[in-house]
Amino acid sequence: MSKKRTIVIFGATSSIAQATARLLAQEGAHIVLVARNAERLEMVSNDLAVRGASQVDKWVADLSNTEDHAELIAAITKSVGRADIALIAYGMLGDQHRAEKDFTHANDIVQTNFASAVSLLHAISDWFVASCTGTIVVLSSVAGDRGRQSNYVYGAAKAGLTVFLQGLRNRLFRQGVRVITIKPGMVDTPMTSHLRKGLLSTKPHRIAQGIVTAIEKKRHTVYLPGFWRPIMFVIRHIPEIIFKRLKL
Amino acid sequence: MSTETYNSWGRYFNYSHRVVPVYWTDDTLFTQAESEKLSVLPFGYGRSYGDLCLNDHGILLVTNNLDRLRTFDRENGILQCEAGVSLETILNFSVPRGWFLPVTPGTKFVTVGGAIANDVHGKNHHKSGTFGRYVKRFELVRSDGKPIICSAEQHSDLFRATIGGLGLTGLITWAEIQLKPITSSLIDCETIRFANLEEFFHLSETSDKEFEYTVAWIDCLATRDSLGRGIFIRGNHLHCTPPRYTTDSNSLSLTIPCNAPEFLLNSLSIKLFNAFYYHRQRRKQVRRHQHYGAFFYPLDKIGAWNRLYGKRGFFQYQLVLPNSHARAIRLILETVADSRLPASLAVLKQFGDIEASGLMSFPIPGITLSLDFANYGQKTFELFQQLDAVVVEHGGRIYPAKDAQMSAQIFQQSYPAWREFKDFVDPLFSSSFWRRVTPSP
Repeated sequence: MSKKRTIVIFGATSSIAQATARLLAQEGAHIVLVARNAERLEMVSNDLAVRGASQVDKWVADLSNTEDHAELIAAITKSVGRADIALIAYGMLGDQHRAEKDFTHANDIVQTNFASAVSLLHAISDWFVASCTGTIVVLSSVAGDRGRQSNYVYGAAKAGLTVFLQGLRNRLFRQGVRVITIKPGMVDTPMTSHLRKGLLSTKPHRIAQGIVTAIEKKRHTVYLPGFWRPIMFVIRHIPEIIFKRLKL
Repeated sequence: MSTETYNSWGRYFNYSHRVVPVYWTDDTLFTQAESEKLSVLPFGYGRSYGDLCLNDHGILLVTNNLDRLRTFDRENGILQCEAGVSLETILNFSVPRGWFLPVTPGTKFVTVGGAIANDVHGKNHHKSGTFGRYVKRFELVRSDGKPIICSAEQHSDLFRATIGGLGLTGLITWAEIQLKPITSSLIDCETIRFANLEEFFHLSETSDKEFEYTVAWIDCLATRDSLGRGIFIRGNHLHCTPPRYTTDSNSLSLTIPCNAPEFLLNSLSIKLFNAFYYHRQRRKQVRRHQHYGAFFYPLDKIGAWNRLYGKRGFFQYQLVLPNSHARAIRLILETVADSRLPASLAVLKQFGDIEASGLMSFPIPGITLSLDFANYGQKTFELFQQLDAVVVEHGGRIYPAKDAQMSAQIFQQSYPAWREFKDFVDPLFSSSFWRRVTPSP
């Protein structure tokens, strides 16, 4: 492994992105941050620079504007050249009940978690394919493994993303670009701060360690923490005739 | 916002709180408090022992996600970081770069904000004073306006009130701290067995000149001639040329998974442990090089050690007596012995003369004693009330960060500055402790 890796993080102010970036900052990585809020981007950037990142670049962009993606990636490519890792860490949980009544909200959830990622990932793929190397890491969710009444709009968007990533991985494999799907369970972040935390809730830094390990070990689909894999295996295999009666 | 039961380290109070996690220094903090007419209190790692960090039925602004470093001046060792950064994070960052905390309490699992709010002290109090002296400035967010930068020059009265200000003067969002240079992560330390209190006073007096760090563990189940026997610990940072920093060997090695049964810590087991600890060291004096983790934070090795006390929880009682009445420590120890309640851990330390920087800071020139007790119910509170009376009679005071029971009268008598202080308390901020010691008439 080369000493100074370059990582581009989309949604850099998310808790999981910050925790992951810190691990890479400690090894002196060159970190490229993309986020919407300039002030918070500055705070994250300072933190990483102090912790040892060899270089931190900041890009303020609203990634829900899919029409800007190509231009954004072109500009980043021009600025950093080749990158080793791209991490897509932005997302939006939304409000299931609101989404049931208000299509605009449901559409936002689908756009943010799925459609904009499709646009962005294709732009990133072209960039990475050009150098026939690199790893694209994307945060999907265990919620995409099976639709449940409590969050199926979000779940459906993440399910779409998971399937999209399978196809993308398949397509890019021969070109030397790896695609890693991360499926975190409940993580203690601003996105979930209004929800009650159960025993299964995890801190972002544990997810970050899992992400770094997944990159080192060249995994393709990773549940974080690992105990979600057997849990979701069971949940996926409950017959629909029973599942539709459950309150999950 | 969720409702959750939050505990302090003593696990005696099970108060339910509305929880507002703070993620960014520019978060809006008071919307819920204002709409629901609730008070707020910053909460870091919950390492104070009593109800100081709790706000029963109010809101806790949980700050442990304010964990970003902001700037580091490598030449001068000045670190600016958000208030939820833990001392552990600072050490992991600063030690390999040749800098150490200027003052550290007995655990590294506290936030910078908490260290300021309690103006914490450590084994080097006689040389360096309290943590607040090394705080160059901080940002304070009050409920009534824009964030304020406080320092000795700017808003100096609010600066002084916030250091040791029990989290009541507003939310500290970031702070700038002066670290101190080291050339090794090791401490050159000596442990010396002493037979009684007189020997302690003698050792303390002779050691405090040459040693940066001094503290004594005492076997408080020893009585009569052996009253106050114990182990004196003193040390200095080792000097290495060229500098050499090793990683903390003190990473968490064991975590207590659940409440221990309450019979585990009984008078016999505590007595045996204390006697064992006292006699473990065969020679009178032992010198060695110890990693800073083992020297400063032996208990941090055991995760959630507070569970050893079981469901009942426990108390720590820490007092300071002025130098003029230092010998009244004997009276305190006798009172404890007479109560027949076994103190599981007792620590004695001579404070220096350096004036604390906070209006409400606990340390005064004198001697401080801290005692851990399991919660033995009413008897424990009776003992504490007896001790309170002795302490106040001799011009001493109790450390709010540890306190779970002192009366309003005891508090107001021993912290006369509270009248001046209360004008700095943010009208939206409160704590269970504060309501207890300053009840509204």
